[in-house]
Amino acid sequence: MAIVVVNPGPLTLVEDLGRQGWASLGLSPSGALDRQSLRLANLLVGNPAEAAGLEILLGGLRLRFVTASTVAVAGAEGIVTLNGAEIPLNQAVRVAPGAVLDFGAPLFGLRYYLAVQGGIDAPKLLGSSSTDMLSGEGPAPLKSGAQLGTGRVSAGNGLVSGTASVPGPGAGAGMGALNNAHVLPAIRRAPDPGRAITARVDRGPRADWFDDDSWRRLVSQDWTLSPDSNRIGARLVGRPLTQTRLEELPSEGMVLGALQVPPSGLPTVFLADHPVTGGYPVIAVVRRTDLDLLGQARPGQRIRFLG
Amino acid sequence: MWRLNPSPEVLGSRGGGSRGSGGRILLPCGDSAFLVELPELTAVVAYYRGLTGAGASAGVSAPRGIIDVVPAARTVLVTFDPEAIRPSEVRDWLESAEPAYDVASSGREVTIEVSYGGPDLAETAQFLGMGEAEMVKLHTSSAWTAAFSGFAPGFVYLVTTHERLRVPRRNTPRTAVPAGSVGLAGEFSGVYPRSSPGGWQLIGTTTAALWDASKAEPALIRPGDLVRFVEA
Repeated sequence: MAIVVVNPGPLTLVEDLGRQGWASLGLSPSGALDRQSLRLANLLVGNPAEAAGLEILLGGLRLRFVTASTVAVAGAEGIVTLNGAEIPLNQAVRVAPGAVLDFGAPLFGLRYYLAVQGGIDAPKLLGSSSTDMLSGEGPAPLKSGAQLGTGRVSAGNGLVSGTASVPGPGAGAGMGALNNAHVLPAIRRAPDPGRAITARVDRGPRADWFDDDSWRRLVSQDWTLSPDSNRIGARLVGRPLTQTRLEELPSEGMVLGALQVPPSGLPTVFLADHPVTGGYPVIAVVRRTDLDLLGQARPGQRIRFLG
Repeated sequence: MWRLNPSPEVLGSRGGGSRGSGGRILLPCGDSAFLVELPELTAVVAYYRGLTGAGASAGVSAPRGIIDVVPAARTVLVTFDPEAIRPSEVRDWLESAEPAYDVASSGREVTIEVSYGGPDLAETAQFLGMGEAEMVKLHTSSAWTAAFSGFAPGFVYLVTTHERLRVPRRNTPRTAVPAGSVGLAGEFSGVYPRSSPGGWQLIGTTTAALWDASKAEPALIRPGDLVRFVEA
């Protein structure tokens, strides 16, 4: 075993890019809320983008590395230390055997992503090691004293096994790292909690269940992220939207990013662990590429929709 | 041939007045999904079978780039990867798909052994105005169709061709229904894949694993499947 969890912090989960395509069985896609940050962290240490890493909510995590490794931290920004010395974020960092990695409370954003060379080795369900907080599938949240294994790494820095890398047609063994280098995403700064996050929205299937003023209200006001938010949904507080069709909606399929509006008129944006069906009308859907930012929004942060 | 509404603008009209003759209506759902609305559940099941190829996992007959095909009570949600397939191609696929109404020739058949005698068996039979043995016979002799999942992974809402087993939910849901409980509620029958709260009338139990995360196919029953209950 390569890593010991000394303190898990408030909530640290194993996440990769999730398991899409199983909604018809009742399973959420799950996976990292801020996918681009996990991808970046993975690529920095030479992992395939879809390798499993840790999603660290609000810091507080302390890990002791039994064996030497290389790690990268992306996503939220705060003080992360290795044996007490601050390490740079968004960079690969060598870790000596016995070293202790500590995550301080983030100053910007909400969730750190830690990639470890070789990827976190955890059981897979339908090709993914992601923890799904709605269904309880996937690895349990990290606990003190738990030990984490990592995938094996070859001498050439490419992965030998232990992750679900599926090479494209014609891609030879060992091409992964080379290909990865070409798609290293730009570093995106974590959102400033003092400023509004802007997310683009498109029309949802039940936009016509609301009065004409509701769309205007949706896109013109600053919403506030409620502290009740989690990996299932980002709950918003603001001036409520007004539903005009009041009949019961038979449960229907829900997409990632759906803004579902319960009778309170206050929308919830469905995030990675969202239920696959729901019975409240969806007025709008957040663009997939803007969901990463919502995963970094802090309770009380302002959110603006562009549509 | 069913007609779909050609543009989202038409769909904005209240009340769905632009429904095509077959009752299929395409609703916008962000930049990488469509929601297809159908008149009733039988049409949903047939359309889902038509899209996915007889109840197998989505993707068997779906074009490349389709991610999920999710049936529900009155709708089928189709999500796709806009980098792999154009929305217009998805729309064409959804418009041209033929519903598969012939239940016998499509879908897998799943048999579930049930020990009848759940805590609500007597009360439910009484509500339906039949004896317990008669109700069990009706439950085992009915052909059930897996309509859609929900509630928990592996939980599938099963429907049949008659309404003689239609019962209301319990007034007070149980806080813990054991895994494997076989229940009735409304027009549906179903099996609890795990212990959870629930308000269905419990008429038996099965030892079958409805959800086994260690398997490549974790769900015993998938939408589109035929299900038969037999006495254990």
